Amino acid sequence: MHPIVRTVIQRLLLGVFTLFIVSLIIFSSIEFLPGDFGEAVLGQAATKETVAAFRRELGLDLPAWQRYLEWVGGVVQGDFGQSFSGRASSGQDRSRSVIELIGPRLQNTLFLAVLTASIAVPLALFLGITAALYRNSVYDRVVNAATLTTIATPEFFVAYILMLFFASLWSLFPSLSSVTPDMSLGDRIYSATLPAMTLTLVIVAHMMRMTRAAIINLLASPYIEMARLKGVSQSKVILRHALPNAWAPIATVIAFNLAYLVVGVVVVEVVFTYPGIGQTMVDAVRTRDVPVVQACTVIFAATYIVLNLIADIIGIITNPRLLHPR
Amino acid sequence: MSDDDQTYSAAAEVGMVRQRRSRLQRIRIGLKSAPPTAWFGMIVILCYLFVAAFANFIAPYGEADTSFPAYLEWGAQGHVFGTDQIGRDIFSRLVYGARNTIGIALVTTLLSFLIGGSFGLMAAINRSWLDQILSRLVDVLMAIPGLIFALMLLSIFGSSTIGLIIIIALLDSTRVFRLTRAVSLNVVVMDYVEAAKLRGEGLAWIMRREILPNIMPPLVAEFGLRFCFVFLTIAALSFLGVGIQPPTADWGSMVRDNASLIQFVRPWMAADSFGANWARLIEDLKLASPPLLAAGAIALLTIAVNFVVDWFLHKTSGLKE
Repeated sequence: MHPIVRTVIQRLLLGVFTLFIVSLIIFSSIEFLPGDFGEAVLGQAATKETVAAFRRELGLDLPAWQRYLEWVGGVVQGDFGQSFSGRASSGQDRSRSVIELIGPRLQNTLFLAVLTASIAVPLALFLGITAALYRNSVYDRVVNAATLTTIATPEFFVAYILMLFFASLWSLFPSLSSVTPDMSLGDRIYSATLPAMTLTLVIVAHMMRMTRAAIINLLASPYIEMARLKGVSQSKVILRHALPNAWAPIATVIAFNLAYLVVGVVVVEVVFTYPGIGQTMVDAVRTRDVPVVQACTVIFAATYIVLNLIADIIGIITNPRLLHPR
Repeated sequence: MSDDDQTYSAAAEVGMVRQRRSRLQRIRIGLKSAPPTAWFGMIVILCYLFVAAFANFIAPYGEADTSFPAYLEWGAQGHVFGTDQIGRDIFSRLVYGARNTIGIALVTTLLSFLIGGSFGLMAAINRSWLDQILSRLVDVLMAIPGLIFALMLLSIFGSSTIGLIIIIALLDSTRVFRLTRAVSLNVVVMDYVEAAKLRGEGLAWIMRREILPNIMPPLVAEFGLRFCFVFLTIAALSFLGVGIQPPTADWGSMVRDNASLIQFVRPWMAADSFGANWARLIEDLKLASPPLLAAGAIALLTIAVNFVVDWFLHKTSGLKE
């Protein structure tokens, strides 16, 4: 077998294994709930029968492995069970299924993520390459200091500053972005602008710094020095000689930062009350609606793992040393 | 050097008795070469620590004292930054927030270094089954984004300060473990460690006297960065309403409680003169100050720590660009 194929398959198997362990951890979270959580969910007035019925519905009378298999089977088919909220002590069940709650919101979050990525990735590449090109110039220093500052600032501070300038002082964008399914694409982009700008600022800083570092790292290699000695211009050295070899680390950086987006999205959605899955998760944590939290964790963790896996695989297949085995 | 100050002889300098500088001298020499950004960072950090340590002398009122009218303006009735929505003094809450937020973040970081550092050292020295088990466990834990994992655990165990510290410290210790293991692996194979083993030194002695001093610089720098990260995570969790719980004053929840004030800043009107616009903006900003002050306090501290760590890393890595 070609060594690349073998390494890629190894990575894929490792990824699947990680997903399995992560699903075990997430599933077992419900085991650690305090014993009386049935009463906590159903209310103080719940009768013994309703609590028993609730425990039966959750399958707490079955052995753990059987429940795990059923849960994973459901998750694979997109069924995350029933939400804890909407249950009354009388035994009346007005709860909704988790997928019904988070399905539309997942779409909103994906929309926000795609919008952010399509602005942030080109911008970060441009800034990183130009900063490496004009290294140690005033431009480089300014971009560096600015990105160090945005990295060190909490997301919500960036968000509120943007809100202050672009929504309150200069009413350019809405300060709270509400997105409904019947809005046109333009309207959706318009109302999601401020959250997307915040996320862009946060991840561009990381990506730009890593792009710059990847290119500058290469500049110390002998073949670059050779090109310089031949009299090749600075811009040509970077664009023609350094950049092609820097693509692998840069691609890894991009995938890694898109994974970082997964975390950033939670805070930003809460700031702008954007109806996404991050806000759903925070609300569910506050009301301790464990099935919803589990579903959100599964989605976030899976996205994170898959993106990191893609980054790894891009790193492997773009490595020229692996392409030509001896 | 020779007796005559005018002549210089290299042989004399080499032959001079080498005097070891005291720690204080070395620190002074190091500080002299610090760039302005690092100075700025150190001064800011010292100010924060001072405020945090002497919070009860600096703050004019208690952190949960609600006995004042709500939404007082700046300077009204002796409240420097006014009062919040249930009549608590903003300035006092900011000061107590320094103690609570920095204190909790510091304890969490120390705990995570204690856990991650000791397991990392053990894994590096042991190198067999223990290393394998710990490393695989850390791999899996790091596969789940930290904030998400923390949110899930908080939904199960509920939000208490102790629980928050333990959860964040455990999640963060995975990164400390990786770094400690990686840097000490390079040291463990050194001859002087072997020599110490042959001398018959115990494991604890080797860890403390041979390995630890040699891995200190990266660990100290990492401590600064991890502190920033933990600090921001706790601030974010408090901001989301699942971190430090009221009535404890902390900056994250201060931002959350007063955030809506920002929307009341009136827009800049092209029709009005610059002066009128500016006066109105200042007035509105004073009203909207609580969330901005708290978020600014968080941002300033993390930027300061980053500047100092940047300089420290540059210094200890011996990089001269």
